[in-house]
Amino acid sequence: MSPAFLYFIETVLNGLMAGVMYSLVALGFALIFKASGIFNFAQGVMALFAALTLVGLQTGQVPFAHLINALFGTSIHHFGWELPAIVAIIGTLVVMVAFAYLFEGLVLKHLVNQEPIILFMATIGLAYFLEGFGDLMWGADIKAMDVGIPSGGSFWWEDVTREWAAEGSDYFGMYIDKLDVVAAIVAAFLVTGLVAFSQYTKYGRALRAVADDHQAALSVGISLRLIWVVVWSIAGFVALVAGIMWGAKSGVQFSLSLIALKALPVLILGGFTSIPGAIVGGLIIGVGEKLAEIYIGPFVGGAIENWFAYVVALVFLLFRPQGLFGERIIERV
Amino acid sequence: MRLKLLIATAAAAAVMGTAPAFADLVFPSLSYRTGPYGPNGIPFADGYADYFTLINERDGGIEGQKIKLIECETGYNTEKGVECYESTKGEGALLYQPLSTGITYQLIPKATADGIPVHSMGYGRTSAANGKVFPWVFNYPGTYWDAASIIVKHALDEEGGDLSGKKIALVYHNSAYGKEPIRTLEELAKKHGFELSLYPVDHPGQEQKATWLQIRRDRPDYVTMWGWGVMNQVAIQEAANIRYPMDHFIGVWWSASENDVLPAGDGADGYKAVAFHGVGSDFPLFDEIQKHVIDAGKAAGDGSHLGEVLYNRGVYAALLAVEAARTAMKLHDTTDLTPAMMRDGMEALVLDNARMEELGVPDFGPEINVTCANHGGPGLGAISQWDASSKSWSLITDFVGADREVVDPLIMEDSAAYAAEAGIEPVACGS
Amino acid sequence: MLYREAGDFKTSYITDLQTFPIKSERFLFWAFMAFAFLVVPFFINDYWEKSILVPFLVWSMVALGLNILTGYCGQVSLGTGGFMAVGAFACYKFMTAFPELNILICILLSGGVTAGVGVLFGLPSLRIKGFYLAVATLAAQFFLVWMFNKFAWFYNYSASGQISAPERTIFGIAVTGPNSPPWATYLTCLTIVFVFAWVARNLTRGRIGRGWMAMRDMDIAAEIMGVSPFNAKLSAFAVSSFFIGVGGAMFFAIYLGAAEVTEAFGIDKSFTALFMVIIGGLGSILGSFLGAAFIILFPVALKNLMVGYLGWPTDLATHFQIMIIGGLIIFFLIVEPHGLAQLWRLAKEKLRLWPFPY
Repeated sequence: MSPAFLYFIETVLNGLMAGVMYSLVALGFALIFKASGIFNFAQGVMALFAALTLVGLQTGQVPFAHLINALFGTSIHHFGWELPAIVAIIGTLVVMVAFAYLFEGLVLKHLVNQEPIILFMATIGLAYFLEGFGDLMWGADIKAMDVGIPSGGSFWWEDVTREWAAEGSDYFGMYIDKLDVVAAIVAAFLVTGLVAFSQYTKYGRALRAVADDHQAALSVGISLRLIWVVVWSIAGFVALVAGIMWGAKSGVQFSLSLIALKALPVLILGGFTSIPGAIVGGLIIGVGEKLAEIYIGPFVGGAIENWFAYVVALVFLLFRPQGLFGERIIERV
Repeated sequence: MRLKLLIATAAAAAVMGTAPAFADLVFPSLSYRTGPYGPNGIPFADGYADYFTLINERDGGIEGQKIKLIECETGYNTEKGVECYESTKGEGALLYQPLSTGITYQLIPKATADGIPVHSMGYGRTSAANGKVFPWVFNYPGTYWDAASIIVKHALDEEGGDLSGKKIALVYHNSAYGKEPIRTLEELAKKHGFELSLYPVDHPGQEQKATWLQIRRDRPDYVTMWGWGVMNQVAIQEAANIRYPMDHFIGVWWSASENDVLPAGDGADGYKAVAFHGVGSDFPLFDEIQKHVIDAGKAAGDGSHLGEVLYNRGVYAALLAVEAARTAMKLHDTTDLTPAMMRDGMEALVLDNARMEELGVPDFGPEINVTCANHGGPGLGAISQWDASSKSWSLITDFVGADREVVDPLIMEDSAAYAAEAGIEPVACGS
Repeated sequence: MLYREAGDFKTSYITDLQTFPIKSERFLFWAFMAFAFLVVPFFINDYWEKSILVPFLVWSMVALGLNILTGYCGQVSLGTGGFMAVGAFACYKFMTAFPELNILICILLSGGVTAGVGVLFGLPSLRIKGFYLAVATLAAQFFLVWMFNKFAWFYNYSASGQISAPERTIFGIAVTGPNSPPWATYLTCLTIVFVFAWVARNLTRGRIGRGWMAMRDMDIAAEIMGVSPFNAKLSAFAVSSFFIGVGGAMFFAIYLGAAEVTEAFGIDKSFTALFMVIIGGLGSILGSFLGAAFIILFPVALKNLMVGYLGWPTDLATHFQIMIIGGLIIFFLIVEPHGLAQLWRLAKEKLRLWPFPY
């Protein structure tokens, strides 16, 4: 095979991998939208908050250290312990469940039956709050995320693909990031787990019932509030996974909350309500934007992938206004 | 009801307006400790504040005149920066250090109209180096165009003086800041015969796979970077991932803090960047700061950033401001400075090695000699390199000059264009 | 106390449709306007102008525009930042290409250009609805910013892509550029916003506005009743973009004076405008102003309180400021989901009946 063709395959492959990373973020959105019709603007900030908490717990940071020091004139920063990654992850999950419980009790409970845009606005308030809270709690510096995920280019894959090139060409193998492979495996498990959860468990069935019709679900004795806590907890878990993966790429810092923007075209393409849609949408967007950036970009000056993702999504929408896997919009007068 | 409303309005009005109070020498610090660039803003703001505190605590101020530092949080946001400027300028601010490209461009016309000097140290508008067109704006000791030229010079040295047929790639933040070096690099490419390729990265730059796949395919001999914020960490990580030789990867001084290289771990070893001041805390001055400021509990932050690149930059900025203030006091024979006097002091600033030795920062930066026509200083820079095992930067070259033949005409051209558009009559120098 | 009415005495449609049906309110409004036009200019200084009043007026203009589209016509848009950029760059090009052209004409023309661009990007709305449309308008946002950043013609080939507004005058007094007196820029903005708020009010209660609202409430029903979705939606996009374009031109030329597209007109501007409209009240002219006031003025007040008066470290104050704003948004939504304007309306209803609510 010619190097140019191999390079094309490499681009597609890396696009798929980037797409998986987008899907990880988009999954959280889709979950909450499906179960409660809320477009959760705070999903990105939740990922940041989860990642901050994870690193904070792991490295034994004192929460609110800055505030405490400013108030009492002390100088404390660390507890002086290092937790194993798995303990820190479990600790973070507890925090995210507590967060879901609080948010339901303090906010969502009071906003039952409001219009979607009002609920959307409430999540914006949440995003603001969590952004300030996270910074206050864990500080604004960049933290390295180290939970033992391998990263860096894979040598094995480079060697394998070098064989494929035609004799005599100076092809140097395909690049694939080990971190991305891990992310893809994690995403596969996550989606399988989520689908199994919603198909085969009691709560999963209740969740689907709520998604179908709030009132009908209530009338057969499903606790709406419990379901919401469950959904937000799961979204918190997905946010943690996204936070870990993206945090490993760039360090845990404020900009992590901006990954939500990468998930938006994925969502519209896949449909807001569909979990498989989030994955398929992510893959299409990932491949589309990488191909565009590399093969069209140089002719128009580059950096087109950001808006191109939206254009790809827009084109799909013109044919299917509810996204690829979204529920059909049925309108009656 | 009406009364309540009235009281509320009055209270709101009181809260909105800030009472001006003239006292001491006022240096506002438009810091950004929050937001996406907060991790970079914190050490700078700490360094800037700590040096002024040191002068106050140890020397009792500049020539006996106390310094008042007003910190105002901009979050790297232009509108907030304008708000900060307007709210602090009434307090008799002597000098602004705007710290973001956007805010600098805002303040250039405003501060000129208000008669307050602006020191955009190693950032902002490069052509402000032409003091004839920008009498109130200073950007010594070096500009982006100097940096670009110094990077190319370093590449020339590495390649034994010949770059013809080589490929140099520029990975840049797709904004005003990132686009600054393009013109200079294009000119240099013509002069030295290398091939320049451009890779813009959109804000925020968390996903750069496409960029680095292209670099991996094209295999440029050198990669330079004008990055900022999360883009730096991701770029260095990706470069390490594709096993690009890190000692051929050279960033500008804003892509060269500990924040940028630490997340990439060992992969970042050997990464280079151009710098306009010294690195590390191995200077007598820093012991003084530790003793008089941090151990005394008067530090602006938690004191943990001492010796980091951006902390040093903050200290350096404050040091230059204090030296300029001293110069101004000598010139006008008063300790009660006005912004106009401060400007004269900056324009007459001379900082040689002997003086730096006295201040406890021997060879910390290049010798500076600002003139009326040249506000850009000497335009010198050194190359620093990151050592991942000891987690420290070190300067691997002396401070070298930029290619003035290329940079100066560009500065003249751009400042002339600005003068024409804004209707500015250049001031006469050398009288 | 405030309101002294004793019943509903309207005898014609004209009186029924008045903007300020209550006499004392009408009086209050004009008194307020007189204060804004005749008193404030004598006391305004740089700080009040550049940090508080002009940003408030500019953002009110943008919020008005977005409210027409989102609040009255029900089309959620996140392309506001991009449309503001169109207004700003159009204004810059007009100002530099035709130096003798009056700045007011420049600003209006840029509104016109933006209206055209808005219609173009509004076309998908004929097929896509709700949040899907919101995300689709993001395409406009990202594309427009990319375009202004990429093609040097838009920023007259300057080295860095920054645009800065040259000095322009009205009646011989500078209103753009660094030497413009605070009262002049303030009065210019106030006049533009006043006129366009009046236009918006009258558009929204006329035939076109009713078409928009019908479209918002139920588009299929509206179509059956003879409202053309094509006309209604695209006219909403056009008018809204015109307002936003004028707002963007003012933002660049009068308020900031210099701008760089990626920084000044990024995605956060789109979100800010949307927050204003929702917090202020969808489908309310007053709400646009209240929302702008909340988002622009409240943080400044909080900052001055915490840093200026209580002397807190700036970073702690900023964290608290963000948290308080977030908390207040949620609080307001729980108390009154339909925005500050509705809160005002309810308070007024109560006051009109007070002290005999039954």
